[in-house]
Amino acid sequence: MAQLDNVNDRNEGFVANVVAWLGRAFLALIIPLIAFAAIYLGFIFLRDSNAPKWLITVVAIIWGVGGFALLFWVFNGIVERLPEPWSGRLQPFVFVGPAVAILMWYLTLPVYRTGWLGLFDRDGLPDGFSVFAPWTWPAAIQSDSFVGLQNYIDIFTQDLLQVALRNNLMWIVFGSTLSVIFGLLVAVLADRSKFERVSKTFIFLPMAISFVGASVIWNFMYEVRPAGETQIGLLNAVTVALGGTPHPWDKWVAIAPWNNLFLILIVVWLQAGFAMVLFSAALKGIPEELLEAGRIDGASEIQVFFRIMLPSIRGTIITVWTTIVIFTLKIFDVVWVMTGGQFGTHVIATQFYRQSFTARNAGIGSAIAIILLLAVVPVMIYNLKQFREQEAF
Amino acid sequence: MKKNQWLSTVLVNGALILLVLFWSIPTIGLFVSSFRNRFDIQTSGWWTIVPHRAWETVTVLDPKELGLDSKSIMQVEGVEGTFEELRQGVTSPDGDTQVKWVGNRRLGRIEVQERVWTANWDFTLENYKQVLFGRDTEITRTDGTVTTVPGQDMTQAFLNSLTVAIPSTIIPILIAAFAAYAFAWMRFPGRRWLFIMVVGLLVVPLQIALVPILSDYQKLGLNGTFLAIWLAHTGFGLALATYLLYNYISTLPRETLESAFIDGASHFTVFTRLVLPLSVPALASFAIFQFLWVWNDYLVALVFLGVDPNNKVVTQRLADLTGTFGNAWHLLTAGAFISMLLPLIVFIGLQRFFVRGLLAGSVKG
Repeated sequence: MAQLDNVNDRNEGFVANVVAWLGRAFLALIIPLIAFAAIYLGFIFLRDSNAPKWLITVVAIIWGVGGFALLFWVFNGIVERLPEPWSGRLQPFVFVGPAVAILMWYLTLPVYRTGWLGLFDRDGLPDGFSVFAPWTWPAAIQSDSFVGLQNYIDIFTQDLLQVALRNNLMWIVFGSTLSVIFGLLVAVLADRSKFERVSKTFIFLPMAISFVGASVIWNFMYEVRPAGETQIGLLNAVTVALGGTPHPWDKWVAIAPWNNLFLILIVVWLQAGFAMVLFSAALKGIPEELLEAGRIDGASEIQVFFRIMLPSIRGTIITVWTTIVIFTLKIFDVVWVMTGGQFGTHVIATQFYRQSFTARNAGIGSAIAIILLLAVVPVMIYNLKQFREQEAF
Repeated sequence: MKKNQWLSTVLVNGALILLVLFWSIPTIGLFVSSFRNRFDIQTSGWWTIVPHRAWETVTVLDPKELGLDSKSIMQVEGVEGTFEELRQGVTSPDGDTQVKWVGNRRLGRIEVQERVWTANWDFTLENYKQVLFGRDTEITRTDGTVTTVPGQDMTQAFLNSLTVAIPSTIIPILIAAFAAYAFAWMRFPGRRWLFIMVVGLLVVPLQIALVPILSDYQKLGLNGTFLAIWLAHTGFGLALATYLLYNYISTLPRETLESAFIDGASHFTVFTRLVLPLSVPALASFAIFQFLWVWNDYLVALVFLGVDPNNKVVTQRLADLTGTFGNAWHLLTAGAFISMLLPLIVFIGLQRFFVRGLLAGSVKG
């Protein structure tokens, strides 16, 4: 560059401009190219490499996380180099674009695509029809595999979902109620105890355990051995010690649908900690004067609890309750690993999995998914309403 | 009054201790079992590690040598009973010895047992060795036969879980943080509607997406790759991440950001230099949330990673082991405990963040 300074003045500005412009254009082109090449090479390496597992893990993590960061940086760089009005207009979309695109791909469009797929028979969409087929609606109707609402009729008449719906109702009622009651009980007790932190940690701990792990744990509770042999499951050992006969509690058809309760207990065990934390925070938010006033007026502790505490944390109870209801509606892992949905323990999500992936009946599977979606629509509306009220967006 | 207070303290703490104990029993059972050998797990309850009185065989008698007729009432070692009664075990009048017929009528034996204090304190690390290093083990049974049990290499599944969980935690946070910043601090057309979409998608069950996404992945050749599952977890976690981070980022002090703009900083600089560092508590709390969720996930892995056995994550391996029950109890216990270890460490270490994150999302309003 020092040499350039000696060149004739008029040329200097021009040449420098051209060089700068070329340089910029080159960078604007080459950096994204290098970035994309690096990302692509990483992908190929991960897909085809026979490198040791730990190396793949390290590369995958760096590639995955770094790749996305790189993309943001590159796109932002390109947009910032654009002339002013455009860079200002486009930059928000660099920021918000990836999130919107991914949400559209993974959640918004699937609602519509699954809804459409649910109108076809087990073969799914006829050949040559993309998943965006509604734009070619008349032709699709002529195809053999379009069955209209037949899948939904089948679901409710062929007993595909009746058991599952009944069980899900049990999950919702007992799962959420027991979680809320246990959560509240622990929160109230711990609030008055010196061992608050320790006890809360213990109750909260199962939240870190996977459903599959929890299933293993609870198999040690429910395991059954023939009568007369030593029981290695705790529940049956207690039953036998008390003079009863051992039973496969969660797989005991004779007590269906109540065997579902033994599965529900597992999830209550996992989830009560969640409810407890929120209740505990809410209880601490109740003004002390309010409770004191009640006590001075001669209310017993039970009256204080029901007349003052419960009404004060009503909002939190509703939030926790809805969260757990949505959650239990989608319950899958525990049931799938413990019983595979047999013995009358199918729920909507296991039935969905069975139909979609085991029985390869995408039509019925999709229709079940839509029913699951319809079940959460009230919550969605409630959410949006809440959002509109509290936000001056 | 004083006495009353003392009573209520005892009641409260008593009930609490009882609940905590009750809550911990299942985990303790697993923990204890994971250190017991294969034979012990299958033949006795884990609680037998606590000292207890049990019958121990002192003499074994052959019914034939004694000339017993199993069809009538028999007299052995000072007790008498029918075959059925002896099968259940007959206790001597002083209660110290028990006579028990083991096996069937023809080939059975009679055991004379005494009641002794005992505890099954035969702990081993063998289960963990098998699960972690995939070592085959030879087991010599009491009757002398030797069986080889193939090991289960969980290390690979553990690494796979890490490969899945770390990017699946960071990528959605990165994308959501950018989006949350834009929603909170940038003005652009469609902003309101896009955010309403995010709020609406908060509760959409992921089942709705599995079949369409699977068919997209098939077309793109992504099935069974890590990228596929990262993107899936990102897609399913993004709505909540964006919503939570928006709640946090939108409450950052306006003056701080504005002074940075006046100094000539671009949005990108403000975001990376100012907003990200200031949002660490929110980012961390969601990270823990998402990490636990991804690490513990089974369904998404089952659908998108199921193609390649080399890519199986810990939950899949565990579920596979559960399927082949009976003979794999010992592997299952150690495997389950290992699978719990990392989330428990993350969880206990960052518990405060986690709790704050829960509160940021749910209690508001």
